[in-house]
Amino acid sequence: VQAHKEDKPQKLLEMNGHTSVPYSYNYDLIVIGGGSGGLAAAKEAAKYEKKVMVLDFVVPTPLGNSWGLGGTCVNVGCIPKKLMHQAALLGQALEDSRKYGWQFTEEVKHNWMTMTESVQNYIGSLNWGYRVSLREKNVTYENAYGEFVGPHTVKATNKRGVEKLYTAERFLIATGERPRYLGIPGDKEYCISSDDLFSLPYCPGKTLVVGASYVALECAGFLAGLGLDVTVMVRSILLRGFDQDIANKIGEYMEEHGIKFIREFVPIKVEQIEEGTPGRLKVTAKSTTGNQIIEGEYNTVLVAIGRDACTRKIGLDKVGVKINEKTGKIPVNDEEQTNVPYIYAVGDILQDKLELTPVAIQAARLLVQRLYGGATSKCDYVNVPTTVFTPLEYGACGYSEEAAVQKFGEENIEVYHSHFWPLEWTVPSRDNNKCYAKIICNIQDN
Amino acid sequence: GKNEYDLLVIGGGSGGLACAKEAAQFGRKVAVLDYVEPSPQGTKWGLGGTCVNVGCIPKKLMHQAALLGSALKDAQHYGWNIAQPVHHTWSVMAQAVQNYVKSLNWGHRVQLQDKKVKYFNMKGSFSDPHTIRGLTKAGKETVVTAENIVIATGGRPKYPTHIAGALEYGITSDDLFWLKESPGKTLTPFVFNVSLECAGFLTGLGLDTTVMMRSIPLRGFDQQMASLVTEHMESYGTKFLKKCFPTKVEKLESNRLQVTWKNTDLGTEETDSFNTVMWAVGRAPDTKTLNLETVGVKTNSETGKIIVDASEATSVPHIYAVGDITEGRPELTPTAIAAGKLLARRLFGQSSELMDYDNVPTTVFTPLEYGCVGLSEEAAVQCYGSDNIEVYHAYYKPLEFTVAERDATQCYMKMVCLREREQRILGLHFIGPNAGEVIQGFALGIKCGATYPQLMKTIGIHPTCAEEITKLHITKRSGLDATVTGC
Repeated sequence: VQAHKEDKPQKLLEMNGHTSVPYSYNYDLIVIGGGSGGLAAAKEAAKYEKKVMVLDFVVPTPLGNSWGLGGTCVNVGCIPKKLMHQAALLGQALEDSRKYGWQFTEEVKHNWMTMTESVQNYIGSLNWGYRVSLREKNVTYENAYGEFVGPHTVKATNKRGVEKLYTAERFLIATGERPRYLGIPGDKEYCISSDDLFSLPYCPGKTLVVGASYVALECAGFLAGLGLDVTVMVRSILLRGFDQDIANKIGEYMEEHGIKFIREFVPIKVEQIEEGTPGRLKVTAKSTTGNQIIEGEYNTVLVAIGRDACTRKIGLDKVGVKINEKTGKIPVNDEEQTNVPYIYAVGDILQDKLELTPVAIQAARLLVQRLYGGATSKCDYVNVPTTVFTPLEYGACGYSEEAAVQKFGEENIEVYHSHFWPLEWTVPSRDNNKCYAKIICNIQDN
Repeated sequence: GKNEYDLLVIGGGSGGLACAKEAAQFGRKVAVLDYVEPSPQGTKWGLGGTCVNVGCIPKKLMHQAALLGSALKDAQHYGWNIAQPVHHTWSVMAQAVQNYVKSLNWGHRVQLQDKKVKYFNMKGSFSDPHTIRGLTKAGKETVVTAENIVIATGGRPKYPTHIAGALEYGITSDDLFWLKESPGKTLTPFVFNVSLECAGFLTGLGLDTTVMMRSIPLRGFDQQMASLVTEHMESYGTKFLKKCFPTKVEKLESNRLQVTWKNTDLGTEETDSFNTVMWAVGRAPDTKTLNLETVGVKTNSETGKIIVDASEATSVPHIYAVGDITEGRPELTPTAIAAGKLLARRLFGQSSELMDYDNVPTTVFTPLEYGCVGLSEEAAVQCYGSDNIEVYHAYYKPLEFTVAERDATQCYMKMVCLREREQRILGLHFIGPNAGEVIQGFALGIKCGATYPQLMKTIGIHPTCAEEITKLHITKRSGLDATVTGC
C-alpha cells in the first residue's frame, strides 16, 4: 500500500458531502476499531464491493494483557462473561441436581484454569474466524494503531513501531472503550480490570470488586458462583441508570447468596502485602458519608467503575472531530455522522447512545447500507432490549419505572407486577418469591 | 324450584378451576366437582386435573431432572470436578416431584376455600340440564342443581385395547409420574408429544428407552421441526423403531414384558423384552360417565369431544364446556384457563370478550426443546401457496454448547412470512435450549401482527439464542447455507 504526500490533503478539504470527485484514495472506507461495530460495517461495505480497511489494535492493559481481533465483546466482554456466568450457573445446577435424584461426591470443586483455558480457546477460534471472514470478503486488515494525521489520512502504527499512511474517502471510528481506573496509589500496579479477568492465568481467590456497574455485579456474581469469597464495594447506588427497584432486588439476591457488600465506601489506597499468583493485597477505603476508614485484605482487586471512550489519542483534533471533552464521547447526528461529514462513528463511543454490541452492529450495518446501498433506514435506538447476567438475570425493554413516572407522571401509568417461583426451583426448594416481573403501561393510550 | 348454584363446574382441572374461581370473584355461588377414576394400574391423584398431576408439571420437572444430567456433563468442561460415574435414583426424584404435586393439590383446595367455592370430590353425571348427580368413591350420592353448568372433564390416555396384553401389562402417562420405582428399560409405542417428552427424559435419566412409531412423529406439528426433534433424540441415545407397530404384549416369568411387533418396512416380526411399556396413543375425552345423551349435549362422532361454539356453549342452553374436552381447540392448559376465565366473565361479569384461539404458542419439552407459534410451514403453504410465503431460517450454536463441546446440529429456527406487502409473520419455530422462554415473548409480537421488517428493526440481546431470531435473513428459496457464523 502506498503512502501519500501531505500536500494532497489540501485538495481533500475542498471535497465535501455527496458529490463524487474522481480522486483516488487508497480506500473507500477505513474503519478504526475491529470490534462489534467496526467489523459489522467493514463486512457490510465489502458486500457493496467497496475497498475497505480495518485497523485494529489493542493497547495492552497496565498488567500487560492483550488480545486478538474482535473487540471488547468477543475478547473481554459479552462472550467470556456469559461463558463464566454459565460456569457459575452450572455450579448451582450441580446442587439442584442432587434434589432431582442425581448422586455424586459431596465435595465438588471448581478449577479456574480448566474453565479459563476452554473460554480462551473458544475466543481464539472467534478471533481466527473474524480474520478469515475479513479475508474472504477482501477486507484489508492490519493489526495496527490507527490515528488521524490530516484530512482523509490516517497513520497506522504496528506492534513493532512501523508506521504507514493510508487515505480513504470515508472513515468510521469504532474504537470503543477501556476500563477506567480509580486514580489512587496502587491501582494500575496491583488491581485488575475486566480486561484482565477473563484470561487470568491463576484463580483470583478472595476478590474485592470495586464498582456497582453491571460489569461489577456480573463479575462478582459468577466469581461467587464458582466458590470464591467475593466482596463488592459500592460508592452509592447499584446499576445506575437501570430500574432501581429491580437493581435492589438483584443486590439482595446476591447478598443472600453469599456476596458481601460494603456500601458507601471508596478505596483510597491499594498496597501489596505479598507477591504471588494470586498475591495478597491490602485495600484501604474511606466512607463517602463520614471520616471512617476501613481496611481489608484480598487476593485480587477487580476495578469495574466504568469505561472511558478511546477517543483522546486518535488524532481527532487533526481532523476537527468534536468530542465531549468531559466524557470523551463523540456526538453524532441520527445518521451516525460526526461534525466532519466524511467521518462517522458507531458503538460504545457514541454520546447518549446505548453501549451494546447488537446496537453497534445494527447501527453500523444500516449506516453502510445508507452510504453505499441507497437505503434510508436509520438505527432505532428506542426500546432496545437488554439483559444483565447477574446470578439472577435481569432482562428489560423500555422505560424503567422511574423514567416512566418522570416522563408520563405517576397518575398516568399503571404498573402490573408479580413475584413468581420458577417450576425448576420448586424441587430443590430454593429462592421462593425472588423472581419478579413488572409491566409499566401508559394509561392514556390503553 | 330455584337452582342451588349459579355455576357448577364438572372437572377440577386447569379450565374448570379457572372458571370457578373467576365466577366466585363476581360474588356468585359456585361449586366444583372433581373426581379421578383410577387408571387401570390403580393410579389416582388429587385436585388440579391433568396438568398438575399427570401432565405439564411432573413432566417438566422430570425433563428438568434429565437436563440436569446433561448439565453435570457440561459442568466438567467448565471446570467443575465431578468424579465419574454419576448415578440417578428414580425414587428420590419421584418423591420430590410427587411431594410438590401434592402441595399443589393442597394449594388448590385452599384457594377454592378462600374464594368460597364449594368442592365436591365426586363423579358427576347429568340427570337433566340443570341437575347433576354426584357419586363419592364410597358410593354415596348427592344431587346438585345449577343455573349454569360447565363441563371441563378433560381427557385420559387411550389404551390400544386391540393389542393383546396392552391393558393388563402396559402403563400410560397417568402412571409414569407416580411410579415409586424406576421404570427401567422402557418402550413407548406410537408418537404423540407426550411419548416423545417422556422417552426424552427417561433417556436423560440413564434408562434404556425405545420409541416405536408406525408413521410420523408429532402429527399436526411442523414436520421438518418434528424430524429435527427426533433426530436429536436419536443422537441423545433414545432408540427408535420406525415403521413398526406392536402386536402383542406378554408377561415373562422374570416379570419383564415381552413385546412383539411388525416392521412394515422389512415385513418382519420382531420381539424384545422390556421392564415397562408405556402407551401414548392419544387421549380420549372423559365423557363416558357424564350421561351427555340424557341432556342432548352433542359430541363429535369421531373424536367424542364436545362440540362448542365461539362462546364455549354446547348444543344445550346453559351448558358450556372448556379445555381438552372441547372439539377443535388446542389441548393446552393456558387456553383452557383463559377460556374458562373469559366464560365466567361473560356469564357473570357483563363482558362479551370471546376467547381467541389464534396464534397460541406452545412448546414440546423434548431433550432439545421445540417452541412454536403460528402456522407450520405446511399449513402456510396450504393456506397461501408456496409462491406467496417466504421462509427465513438458520442453524445456530448456543454459546453454552461451545465450551461444553455439545453437538448443536439440530439447533435450528425458521420463520414463515407472507411474501407480499408488509410481510406479516405467519409462524415462528425454534429448536434449542429454553425454547418455551424464547417463544413466549415473540408470541406477543405475532399476536400484534408483527412483520418481517419490524422484526429486522428489533435489536437482539447479546449473547443469547433468542437474538438469532432477530437476525434471520437467509431464505429457503435462496438455497444458501443457513449456518450462523459468529457475531
